[in-house]
Amino acid sequence: MTVPNLTAKDFESAEEVRWCPGCGDYAILKAVRSALATIGRPPHEVVFISGIGCAARFPYYLSTYGFHTIHGRAPAVASGVKIANPDLDVWVVGGDGDFLSIGGNHLIHVLRRNINLNLLLFNNAIYGLTKGQYSPTSPIGTRSPSSPNGSIEQPLNAMKLALGAGASFIARSVDTQQDHLPDILIRAHTHKGASLVEILQNCIIYHDGAFGTINEKSSFADASIQLRNGEAMIFGKNADKGLIYSSDTGSFNIVELGIDCGKDDVSRHDETDLTRAFALTMLGERPGEPTALGVIYTRSEAANGTEHRNAPPKAMPKSMLAGLLKAKT
Amino acid sequence: MTVVIDRKVPTHRVSAELSHETESTVVRFAGDSGDGIQLAGGQFARAASGSGAWIMTLPEYPAEIRAPVGTTFGVSAYQIQFGTGEVLTPGDEADMLVAFNPAAFVTNLSFVKSGGTVIIDEGTFNKRGFSKAKLDDDPTLKFGDHDVRIIRVNISKRTLEAVESFGIGRKDSMRARNFWALGLALWLNDQPISACEEWIAKRFSSEETIRNANTAALKTGHSYGETMELALPHTAPRLKQSNRPDKVSMISGTDAMSLGIVAIGALSKRPVIYCSYPITPASALLHALAHMPEGVKTFQAEDEISAISAAIGASYAGAVSISASSGPGLALKTEGLGLAVAAELPLIVIDVQRAGPSTGMPTKPEQSDLDMAIFGRHGEAPVAVVAPATCEDSFYIMMDAARIAFRAMTPVIVLSDAFLANAVSEWVAPSADQLEDIDSPQLGDSAARNDTTLARKWVSPGMAGFEHRVGGIEKDRESGNISYDPDNHEAMVTLRAEKLTRAAAHFDRPFLFDGPNDGEILVVGWGSTFGSIRQAVKDLRDDGTQISHLHLRQLWPLPKTLKETFNGFKHIVCAELNSGQLARILRSELLLNVVPITQINGRPFRISWLKKSINLVLFPEIT
Repeated sequence: MTVPNLTAKDFESAEEVRWCPGCGDYAILKAVRSALATIGRPPHEVVFISGIGCAARFPYYLSTYGFHTIHGRAPAVASGVKIANPDLDVWVVGGDGDFLSIGGNHLIHVLRRNINLNLLLFNNAIYGLTKGQYSPTSPIGTRSPSSPNGSIEQPLNAMKLALGAGASFIARSVDTQQDHLPDILIRAHTHKGASLVEILQNCIIYHDGAFGTINEKSSFADASIQLRNGEAMIFGKNADKGLIYSSDTGSFNIVELGIDCGKDDVSRHDETDLTRAFALTMLGERPGEPTALGVIYTRSEAANGTEHRNAPPKAMPKSMLAGLLKAKT
Repeated sequence: MTVVIDRKVPTHRVSAELSHETESTVVRFAGDSGDGIQLAGGQFARAASGSGAWIMTLPEYPAEIRAPVGTTFGVSAYQIQFGTGEVLTPGDEADMLVAFNPAAFVTNLSFVKSGGTVIIDEGTFNKRGFSKAKLDDDPTLKFGDHDVRIIRVNISKRTLEAVESFGIGRKDSMRARNFWALGLALWLNDQPISACEEWIAKRFSSEETIRNANTAALKTGHSYGETMELALPHTAPRLKQSNRPDKVSMISGTDAMSLGIVAIGALSKRPVIYCSYPITPASALLHALAHMPEGVKTFQAEDEISAISAAIGASYAGAVSISASSGPGLALKTEGLGLAVAAELPLIVIDVQRAGPSTGMPTKPEQSDLDMAIFGRHGEAPVAVVAPATCEDSFYIMMDAARIAFRAMTPVIVLSDAFLANAVSEWVAPSADQLEDIDSPQLGDSAARNDTTLARKWVSPGMAGFEHRVGGIEKDRESGNISYDPDNHEAMVTLRAEKLTRAAAHFDRPFLFDGPNDGEILVVGWGSTFGSIRQAVKDLRDDGTQISHLHLRQLWPLPKTLKETFNGFKHIVCAELNSGQLARILRSELLLNVVPITQINGRPFRISWLKKSINLVLFPEIT
């Protein structure tokens, strides 16, 4: 059921928000409330489930049903909720520790099973709530209390991992992009199946400038590319750069418009192209490349067993129990 | 002293008294894990039960699925006791053993009683067979002073001859060997083959050749005994004199438990969501439930943690939620249990115990997870712990567990074990009308705690007007909001324990009791040891000992009347398949000298050993 005229305010709870001033979570909360109002499901039909970490406090600040569970397990708990009541609108919130470290296994399998959940990964590339240790997404060299000489570990690319796990919807956005983020959340919600949205986020206390050039207004346009299905892949402050896919290398080359080629030569984004999606997830891993934002990949065909999964479970009629018992006489 | 002891037991046990005039026989099959031993044993049990016998079975199989052929570590066995009076155990020792190869012979000889019979497949007693079992010579030629009679039959050759006309090749022909041996075993024990014929016809209905070959092997084995006039020194029970009422049939612990699980749903009018990760010996429950026609959804999770987490999610969404595992899995589920305690969500976790620690002996029973079930969580996180006493009780314990879980809005652990799960024993199928509905906390118009049960209401997403946030963080007693208030935390710790105590006070039959209310000695047990203890106690009572048996179904919190009941006895002994875990708990909780009788060898108690151990407590000077 959807309710008309819901506003973001209808999704505010009485709980006082306790994140650090300046935390990216505030912006995400604002975007989520706004997306929920647009989606229009009444708060009692919406559930937010989280694990542990700063991000995991999220459910307390919404007027919907909320379950703040244990570290890493939110996708598994949410799977149970959805199996028991497929009609609910279930959202899962976790940080890079929750989803990619302690709960990495659950993320892989929830994506593989393609259960109709909306998973929001708040990635600030640091462990905030435990006071600033490096996380699985921290870049090599990250100095932290547990890596005083700089992290020596290869960071994990969540979008690449998700594609590898067989995800049917992956998208990336940025906490500060209020014009972008709500739309992405709505698209994730519309998708029937597991949808993973990675939200690149700043941690003002332990990892200020986590995604430096993307988080900052001045460099955002050059450091990222907004993907729009069917549109030319153009980016840059002056919209003077583009991407051309090379099937030889399986990656995108950066071109300067008007110098290397014209606008029409630039590749167009096809969000259903799995091969290119892999290349898009890897954009930004090398210096000078823009990070891909928007819906990177989606597959619209119904997930296996959707019908079975969406059938609300029923209590066994007593007459059937009687029959089962009789068969055992 | 006045102690009111509830003698109500679930079944026919009220009427079916053990009688001295009853007869019983123990038959054991042993061979390679690929020989179809479990099938042959199970079919023997079916045939005997079909003839009206009381039965109890003990499947014993190795953890390896198909160990190298002929090795001692690949031996699988199946023991059945069947008789004219109620049979409480699979029997201490076998009257008859069918050994399919030399390895089975040497590893199972000690289970045959003195004067018993061993049938060996001569076709495997050759140099090749001896060397596979790492034997220098024929083990039937010198096995010490164990007095058994050996019948040598070339079962392999006879089977090949019997099925030759079907042209199924040597490999498939040899697979019919178990049916040939079964036919012979049935003849020797005066049992009809009709029930097995029917089973074969149904099982292989679409494979005509295999069906005919197996039937031929079964019939040939049966007539071989007749033609050769083979006979046993023992007489098979005359089952026409069986006192088993018609309403008694047989069921495995796993089947009973899976029916109990679906019954919770039918009686509480809620769907059942069963979440688990495969593990021996609990997987059979997942299989049984996955085959249920309706009323239960199964979720095979990616790991044990996911399984309990999904169950918690399903409970939060208002379903009857169950997760089952064995010891290693319960260890992984402990954090989830803590969450269910804190969030106050009903949940049933089944632990089909096996020998530990670590991987231990995955197919062998043990009762060593009791401490973990009761105490194994961080923080003050009390859960109820209950245990079924018999295969049949595995059905009732589930509904009893659900009643506590719903009443207190808290997790309950059910402790079964590998023996109870795999054993087949008698039960009386109740009619659905006999089963009481299971209440769950009704919401009404307020989400406030119930003053009597202290439990919070079962509010689930989807209910308009009750939107709230809940989690593992300590919460305010009334509003449920996050609270770090010191007094509130203390109040909540107390409340979580108290609501459990209050719910447990309503537990149906917290223990089963047999014997006078006072006497020389009380034997306390729990779980799958019910049959052996009951039989040992009866035997000792018949010998003149003033002895009673108390079998706990409710292990935590301990039943309130326990100490009063114990006071009637001079000695309290506690017999269990661990190092004395319940005995320690009883000692510390009741401040009584409870003497442990323990066995940790991966097998059920032998009645003779139990009697000896009990006697040692009564007459220590005998040693």
